[in-house]
Amino acid sequence: MAESNEITLTIDGHEVSVRKGTTLLQAAQEIGTSVPHYCYHPGMSSPAMCRLCLVEVEGAPKPMPSCVTQAQDGQVVHTESELALDMRRGVLEFYLVNHPLDCPICDQSGECKLQDYVHEEGREHGRSREPKRVFGRDDFGGDVLFYGDRCVMCTRCVRFMNEVEQDSRLTVVERGNRSIIDTFFEEGLEGTYWHGNIVDICPVGALVSKDFLHKARAWDLDHTDSVCPSCSQGCNVSLHTRDNLVQRIKPRENLAVNGWWMCDYGRMNYEWINAGHRLEAPLVRADGDTRAMGWKEALKALLERAPTAAAHGVKAVASPHASNEDLAAFQALVRDLGGEDVLYRLRVVENERPLKGFPNLARRRELAPNADGAELLGMTRVGDDDASGGLDEVADHDGLILVLGDDLDDQGEEFGRNAACYIHLGAHGGTAPANAHFLLPVTTFAEQEGTFTNRDGRVQRFWPSMETAGAARPPWFVLGVLLAERTGAPAARSAAESFAQLSSRVDAFAGLTYEGLGARGAVVNETVSLTGGG
Amino acid sequence: MAYPYVSDQEVRVLSTHFGDPSHRRVDTYVERGGYEALKKALEVGPQGVIDVVKDSGLRGRGGAGFPAGVKWSFMPKDSGKPHYLLCNADESEPGTFKDRELLRWDPHQLLEGCLIAAYAIGAEQVYIYCRGEFFETTQILAKALEDAYEKGYVGEDVMGSGTTIHVTVHVGAGAYICGEETGLMNSLEGKRGQPRVKPPFPAAVGAFGMPSTVNNVETLSAVPHIVKNGADWYRQWGTEKSPGTKLFCVSGHVERPGNYELPLGFPLMKLIEEVCGGMKDGRALKSVIPGGSSVPLLNAEECAACSLDYEGVQEAGSMLGCASVIVMDETTDIVKQVRRMVSFYAHESCGQCTPCREGTAWMTKILQRIEDGRGTEEDLDTLLSMSRQMTGTTICVLSDSAAAPVVSSIEKFRDEYLALIRRGERVGAA
Repeated sequence: MAESNEITLTIDGHEVSVRKGTTLLQAAQEIGTSVPHYCYHPGMSSPAMCRLCLVEVEGAPKPMPSCVTQAQDGQVVHTESELALDMRRGVLEFYLVNHPLDCPICDQSGECKLQDYVHEEGREHGRSREPKRVFGRDDFGGDVLFYGDRCVMCTRCVRFMNEVEQDSRLTVVERGNRSIIDTFFEEGLEGTYWHGNIVDICPVGALVSKDFLHKARAWDLDHTDSVCPSCSQGCNVSLHTRDNLVQRIKPRENLAVNGWWMCDYGRMNYEWINAGHRLEAPLVRADGDTRAMGWKEALKALLERAPTAAAHGVKAVASPHASNEDLAAFQALVRDLGGEDVLYRLRVVENERPLKGFPNLARRRELAPNADGAELLGMTRVGDDDASGGLDEVADHDGLILVLGDDLDDQGEEFGRNAACYIHLGAHGGTAPANAHFLLPVTTFAEQEGTFTNRDGRVQRFWPSMETAGAARPPWFVLGVLLAERTGAPAARSAAESFAQLSSRVDAFAGLTYEGLGARGAVVNETVSLTGGG
Repeated sequence: MAYPYVSDQEVRVLSTHFGDPSHRRVDTYVERGGYEALKKALEVGPQGVIDVVKDSGLRGRGGAGFPAGVKWSFMPKDSGKPHYLLCNADESEPGTFKDRELLRWDPHQLLEGCLIAAYAIGAEQVYIYCRGEFFETTQILAKALEDAYEKGYVGEDVMGSGTTIHVTVHVGAGAYICGEETGLMNSLEGKRGQPRVKPPFPAAVGAFGMPSTVNNVETLSAVPHIVKNGADWYRQWGTEKSPGTKLFCVSGHVERPGNYELPLGFPLMKLIEEVCGGMKDGRALKSVIPGGSSVPLLNAEECAACSLDYEGVQEAGSMLGCASVIVMDETTDIVKQVRRMVSFYAHESCGQCTPCREGTAWMTKILQRIEDGRGTEEDLDTLLSMSRQMTGTTICVLSDSAAAPVVSSIEKFRDEYLALIRRGERVGAA
């Protein structure tokens, strides 16, 4: 059976075996040949209308659109033959008849498929001497601005709204070269939750983000693989940074999680990463006097003070925004100091925002990336759905208080006032940590390596995209050093080592290796229970 | 009332009753032998109908000339799905006006043809897709359909046979591209009138995703005659490969333009000289477009040897298309004619495929510039290479159609282009 499903064809002299039903374009990708295309997108239907993916098939009467032509056994295909190149050169020239060539002021410049293809295969000089057609600009609502003149009419945006978001807000109006993408009356894209994706899939600069408009040139941006920190879905993203600031977030392909997409909420929720009011050096308060210290000095003082305070009991609060490694290191230290339970608070909103055309993808109700990691580690969720309250016992505690990552925005100046020792690890300053004896600066997820566990138990890595603020260090590093000082065991020197410690200690993570997670993540071992309910 | 222009050389099979309004009435139609073919079809069964139409060699009159019987036999048997017959009455090829006349004068002939064809392919529903501008025509057809329902020729129990065939008249909104069969289906379904990617072909996935066959008005109008009189009777006219009669829509510089039904294979010059009364005011012939605006032009020399059947016109260097003969005399400005045709295609391009969307509009601009005396010789090379890149590169053949007259006119009437270009050079406009 498996035999009959395989077919073998020759593309540009290379033999390739593919499953029946594979298109020529996909088959060419198998051997590393990318046939130019606009309208084809793996996540949507193929209208075969851009005519850019034309290839020569021996025996066929005319060039075939490779995006919809299914590979046949024994077929001989040429993607770079004189005929194929001539036809594609023609199509590219047709695009340039009306394209404004305003690359110097176009946001897409540098990541524009029209630029790329014309440079690769187009004519050296265009022959058109005619005046160009002018459409002008249109505000599509939401974050999207439409530059009609740049449009190559691939209709990816229309199909995304129809097929993937399944909220038909866009259409093609008019016909011939008067065709233009438009919204229905004044409705626009306002009130849709995934429309940012049409900016990503637009192969040219016709659809641009208002948020990103004229902010940076594409070639000045550094791209770092990451995981969206805005909800428990864990969409794979890429952080685009310049000048140590996140300029925009783009989705990164991962078919097991988010396909090619991400929601507008996650896309727009990045300014906090760039926030300026950062903690940049360990602050130690003693005898009514707070002063900045070096890490060594501060941690030494902490190790002297904390055990005494711990004798009166240990209360610990962590954040579901912290990585698995951070949470595990935190938990390990809490336990070593005689504490047990670690509390965390989580913001849960009323509505999920599913993307109808892609299975199991939504802006989830839980607005934190690692609540599942906290749960797998056995931490306890407290407080309300707006991530407030639940900390009354902690606030008045007179022993040792440890806080990781939670900014305690709802807590007043009273928080931790009675504590014998209050240790707060945070990235940003605030009012609540004012009583902290040790205020330790730590990095945000964008400045460190680590992993989050999404709602389906998928552990996914993220990478550092920005320089750390001042002397801030990753929590797993700071906490690991403290624990090592107490136990004599070696501290983790990398996120990988920290993850290894985690997976050897916590059953749920057993069997996972940091390297093995790769860029696509892996699902934690599901606990097999004979008695537990589903 | 006699039909405007007739000729004694005509063989009037489909057009017998042109000019006779009484023939639109169902009683008159039946009196004159109407719906007998339907009765006969119901007796011989679907396969019998397909066989006789196949044997007759009837070829599609919409332009492509594909054998109708063969097309019907592509329809799946026992698919378990509803089948549809779509009658293409979206006649919009510039120079064509035969379907309108068939609909106006003999609506029951078409309805009978539709019913027979629907019966042959197992369709219980027929859609007659009428061109949006056919106001009067559509009303005549609707009235005829109403009468046919009343008489039991259409509906739940066709002529007491137990067969159900419904017919619906659907009026388009006036787009040339909806005459392309898959564009027609999209339009019928309420979508944008854009041709679909083939495969899948309509016989597998057609209107509403179901097996469908699309036939031209003239093709279906010929069916009752073939079923009634047999394949051999039909083959007495025409040639071996192009049997039967065909309506020729003659327009342009002839004394008596009009619709003439002639056997296929009729000599082109004889059509002009004898049937149409010769060139207007005795002027000399310059060029003929034999099959509607989407086929290559013929020059006078090529016309001389051209016989009007599918093969004969192809030999002469063009295509029979839907047999819309546009005759142009020596006073014709070929560049202007071509520019007008191409601008029609630019206007009617659905805008899906890049070569067509951009190419037709660009061609129009270049041709307009040449016409205005601001062209250059390089423009002709550009037009030719564009034409090559617009031919065979798109979903449907609209862009091929736009390119055909450009290529043939530059090949055959290059001097006219050059004259315009040089005139411009003389006055320094280029």
